[in-house]
Amino acid sequence: MSKTVSLRDQSLVFESPDAGTPDTTLRRAGASRKQGRVVEGPCGAKPTKSLSRRNIILYGTLIVCALYYLLPLYVMLVTSLKGMPEIRLGNIFAPPMEVTFQPWVKAWSEACTGLNCEGLSRGFWNSVKILIPSVVLSIAIASVNGYALANWRFRGAELFFTILIVGAFIPYQVMIYPIVIMLREVGLYGSLTGLVLVHSVFGMPILTLLFRNYFASVPEELFKAARVDGAGFWAIYFRIMLPMSLPIFVVAIILQVTGIWNDFLFGVIYTKPDLYPMTVQLNNIVNSTQGVKEYNVNMAATILTGLVPLTVYFISGKLFVRGIAAGAVKG
Amino acid sequence: MSAKIAAIPMIATAGVVFVGGTAWTVLYSFTSSKLLPKEKFVGLAQYDRLWSSSKWLISIENLAIYGAFSLVFAMVIGFLLAALLDQKIRFEDTFRTVFLYPFALSFIVTGLAWQWILNPDFGVQHVVRSMGFESFTFDPLYNPDIVIYGVLIAGLWHETGLIMCLMLAGLRGIDEDIWKASRVDGIPVWKTYLFIVIPMMRGIFITALVLIASGIIKVYDLIVAQTGGGPGISSEVPAKYVYDAMFLSQNLGQGFAASTMMLLSVVIVVVPWAYLEFGGKSRRV
Repeated sequence: MSKTVSLRDQSLVFESPDAGTPDTTLRRAGASRKQGRVVEGPCGAKPTKSLSRRNIILYGTLIVCALYYLLPLYVMLVTSLKGMPEIRLGNIFAPPMEVTFQPWVKAWSEACTGLNCEGLSRGFWNSVKILIPSVVLSIAIASVNGYALANWRFRGAELFFTILIVGAFIPYQVMIYPIVIMLREVGLYGSLTGLVLVHSVFGMPILTLLFRNYFASVPEELFKAARVDGAGFWAIYFRIMLPMSLPIFVVAIILQVTGIWNDFLFGVIYTKPDLYPMTVQLNNIVNSTQGVKEYNVNMAATILTGLVPLTVYFISGKLFVRGIAAGAVKG
Repeated sequence: MSAKIAAIPMIATAGVVFVGGTAWTVLYSFTSSKLLPKEKFVGLAQYDRLWSSSKWLISIENLAIYGAFSLVFAMVIGFLLAALLDQKIRFEDTFRTVFLYPFALSFIVTGLAWQWILNPDFGVQHVVRSMGFESFTFDPLYNPDIVIYGVLIAGLWHETGLIMCLMLAGLRGIDEDIWKASRVDGIPVWKTYLFIVIPMMRGIFITALVLIASGIIKVYDLIVAQTGGGPGISSEVPAKYVYDAMFLSQNLGQGFAASTMMLLSVVIVVVPWAYLEFGGKSRRV
């Protein structure tokens, strides 16, 4: 027992100075200089071997956890590459003996929902048609909102902003039906336009918060200087704020693309069957009770649906984390 | 002036959709609306029916079980993973990417993937049985008593990465000097975490709590994809009850009453938190 503790202590002492951020390393160096290099610094302890017991436990646990998290993706991929006879006989964790891309082709262009057998491609294009205008519109509205709230405080602004933020916590179920009525009144119920509006409305709280906080951090002198030069509301927005805020737009785009692509509830309520987004169509294909279940086609379809957000996630990397952190911590 | 014009969409959303829509639904939950909303007020009759409906009671029970376990496990697992990643390890970015990727996927994809893995004829149960354990049984999605735990497995897989990221940010915010001081005093690492670091991360824990809680009440897609509410009605949840009542069984009044109950439960959770967090914040602005 005491041996583990001392091992751990050594490795901590040894590891921390070189792995720490520049900031802490600097501070540490300063502190050790003051103390005459008695306590700190790698003066006594031997460099620990990389295969210390602590490291084996640490990395072992992490690798087991990582495998668990990767398991569903692996199983989906492996299943989608097998033929049905192999699935019936075999083990879902085993790699395919004979790789076939037939299920992927079938999922994309032949899988049936009800009477329609066009495959998932229709849902994919519907989702694209929903995604692009929704992302553009919601970000355009929210960035102007955030700018107006941060730089042009008008009376009542804080009130509406508070309502907006509180509204983010209201379960959608409470607002679903009134929106159905409103859309029906203007003749947009069941159309893609209606769904785009719904996405813009429900994306507004989080995005407005994101933009407001960002614009509030822009130095106020810049804004004042532009005012003195006679620039108005829109001139300042387009010529000063927009060019400065590319990063936050990227974060907002990531947030919206994944959020809107993954939406199911609004898609199923505000569109009709031939306009269903990909998630809804996927669920209808996989959970349909008719016919023989083709698990390989189902899994190929599932991966296809997850591909867009996964691509966004892997490309954006740290920005994705920043987006959800901004949304989460401050929301 | 243009600022006010520019803010019209926000004012309309906040005023008409959020406040107006919510008020409308609450108001119409006191009517006997069926296929179409109508202004025939019947007092609390819809709520009486709601609370005597076995489907609703099962929904509430499932939500309570799912919610309680999901809160505890997401917090514990999220924190442990974050603490492991905070040990100045190599490949930290790789591990974080792996733990977080499920969060990028939709609940439909998550639900369908786990439906397949938990399928008793092909998935985990089949594999373990074919290894020689003939009596091994693990079929959560086909057993009404434990179906909600099958959903929980998928839900946790989806959300723990997010909690881990929050916790990791919290751990990174702890001053290095705290660790030095506790090392000098010879306090074991686990004790430092439990009695010093976690209390210091109170804010992060509350944020995570609110985040998970507000996600739990909305849980809908996952159930639809993974179990469809079955077997029977054993995995129903309130959000699904609302949808079914409004759009499948033409029973609007029930849907309104059920969604009002959902709103009420959110109010109970969020108002105390908003009072603590935003009460201080708005004064600063």
